Amino acid sequence: MPEAYWRWTESRWTNPDLRWMDGGIVTAGVDVGSVSSQAVILVDNEIFAYANTRTGSDSPNSAINVMNWALEDTDGLTLEKIQYSVGTGYGRVNVPFAQRAITEIACHALGANFMYGPTIRTVLDMGGQDCKAIHCDEKGKVTNFLMNDKCAAGTGRGMEVFADLLGVSINEVGELSLQVDEEPPPVSSTCVVFAKSEASGLLREGWPREKVLAAYSSAMAHRVVSLLERIGMEEDFGITGGIAKNKGVVQRLESRLGVQALEPRYDTQIAGALGAALFAKSLIEKGKK
Amino acid sequence: MIANYGYKDGSGEFFITIDTDQCDGCGACAEACPADCFEVGEDPIDPLRDEPVAFVSEAVRKKIKYACGACKPVTDRPPLPCVQACPRGVISHSW
Amino acid sequence: MLTAGIDIGAKTIKIVIVEDGTIKARNKTLAGYQVKESLEKAWADLEAKSGIRPETIEKIVATGAGRKEAAKAAEDLTDVSAAAKGALALDSSVRTVIDVGAEASRAIRIGPAGRVLDFAINEKCAAGTGAFIEAMARAIEVTIEELGALSLRSTQSMAMNAQCAVFAESELVTLVHSKTPKPDMARAIHDAIADRIVSMVRRVGSEPNVMLVGGVALNIGFVTSLKRELEARVIVPEGPEYVGAFGAALVAAGN
Repeated sequence: MPEAYWRWTESRWTNPDLRWMDGGIVTAGVDVGSVSSQAVILVDNEIFAYANTRTGSDSPNSAINVMNWALEDTDGLTLEKIQYSVGTGYGRVNVPFAQRAITEIACHALGANFMYGPTIRTVLDMGGQDCKAIHCDEKGKVTNFLMNDKCAAGTGRGMEVFADLLGVSINEVGELSLQVDEEPPPVSSTCVVFAKSEASGLLREGWPREKVLAAYSSAMAHRVVSLLERIGMEEDFGITGGIAKNKGVVQRLESRLGVQALEPRYDTQIAGALGAALFAKSLIEKGKK
Repeated sequence: MIANYGYKDGSGEFFITIDTDQCDGCGACAEACPADCFEVGEDPIDPLRDEPVAFVSEAVRKKIKYACGACKPVTDRPPLPCVQACPRGVISHSW
Repeated sequence: MLTAGIDIGAKTIKIVIVEDGTIKARNKTLAGYQVKESLEKAWADLEAKSGIRPETIEKIVATGAGRKEAAKAAEDLTDVSAAAKGALALDSSVRTVIDVGAEASRAIRIGPAGRVLDFAINEKCAAGTGAFIEAMARAIEVTIEELGALSLRSTQSMAMNAQCAVFAESELVTLVHSKTPKPDMARAIHDAIADRIVSMVRRVGSEPNVMLVGGVALNIGFVTSLKRELEARVIVPEGPEYVGAFGAALVAAGN
């Protein structure tokens, strides 16, 4: 059976220092993407639990599945006890138990503001099938944005294509791309289809996998930098989404931008769901339903 | 909020930018566009905005280069109808 | 006097030998990864097929993405000029040329004397090219050769959401799982790219007569979708993939 190189590690977590029954407001955010889905449970102003899974082909049930997984190991917390849920992401209309759906752009900004602190001004989210560049203010409100979900270049899917081509697990492509003595020139096409063709030629010429990965990661970083330049780079800068875990792309990005991204203290893939849970909390506080 | 609708792909960067702070939802752009690129309604990005706002229709957002093609001939390009129609100069195009 | 045109495309290399304005011999080979080697093979195959030795050719002009690799060529010509030249020579009533190749597509408007009046190019993005159709055929597990005929059996049209070849492939795979009829998917594939091509044509203005050239013109499904979307008569010459090389060969002859 061919190995599924695109299979990245799913995860869940419960905060060992919190007891949900002692808290005041319990909310949830669910982010259903075309590649991955996350659920975050917030108790007052702290993350109580979260889960991060592959959406797979079962997109309609993805919200329920990821929510159930987040609720596991939570000392009796159930969906009924959650006061307000907000759905977001590409499949936000597919979160049947959510009271409201909010755009992923607004959720990512708010989530990043929580994850990285109020000094964050520029958020780069690189998800499974999209790439977002967002400016926000100190409250995490969006002031400028662009989202690229038309083109696979600069998205997780683009990297998956290469992981597959080279027979490298998606969890390892970042590290592997850094194992080059000298940085090769980037592949000339930013289009994933043409870049893949170009890469096949390079492999035939004897390029080792790390070198091909380095060349592609470089091209990806270049593509993303131009999107950031369109909205302007203002520090502090933070990266969310799955590709934030790809050191090869992140380092090349930072080097091209001349800016260091803030160090993440949480799983970067939960930013959208986290923002959704925060919106849920503010909606309760404003008395809206 | 500066909203950039569109995309960048291998062939270029194609974004229509709307300055939502200046937009009052009058709908002149939606009327002027021959390709139905604009809609006016609830802000798709700002959950806290109550007034209607103009935004690029989801139906054309990911193929905006092609949707705008009719107004952007290769030579002798006339002024864009949407940009001209907007009384507050809210709209700009990146190409 | 014999002249030749070489069109080194992204996928195939075409060579056309011309004498007195007519095609004497022609050949098509895969470009592969080693273009220089494939070129030599192309010349050898052509010689075996036609008996014409490359040394007897007076002048060679190259076109296509890889035209700088043609060692034997005296000069090179842009794809736009080559397609325009070849199309007009085949039919002097042509005023709009649509050239769809493996990795690029073009819309060209020409004057009666063949002067290029306006052109638009779709390149560097697979969605507007033959590469899109190839990727989609793979996604629904059908060969390129079968795809065209399959699409003609479609009973209903459907729009594709994705505008990128990579995302469209995922979209189709999902539809395959949910048992969407393959003819309908095949038609949707051709409709999607035809829509993009026609938008590009409208940017230069579509003036009759319209001729479609390039390898993708061999796909009857694409041609059908294009005609429907363009709402105009479209001439498809025999051997559409050779038109660029033909144009280059004519330029070599000083035509």
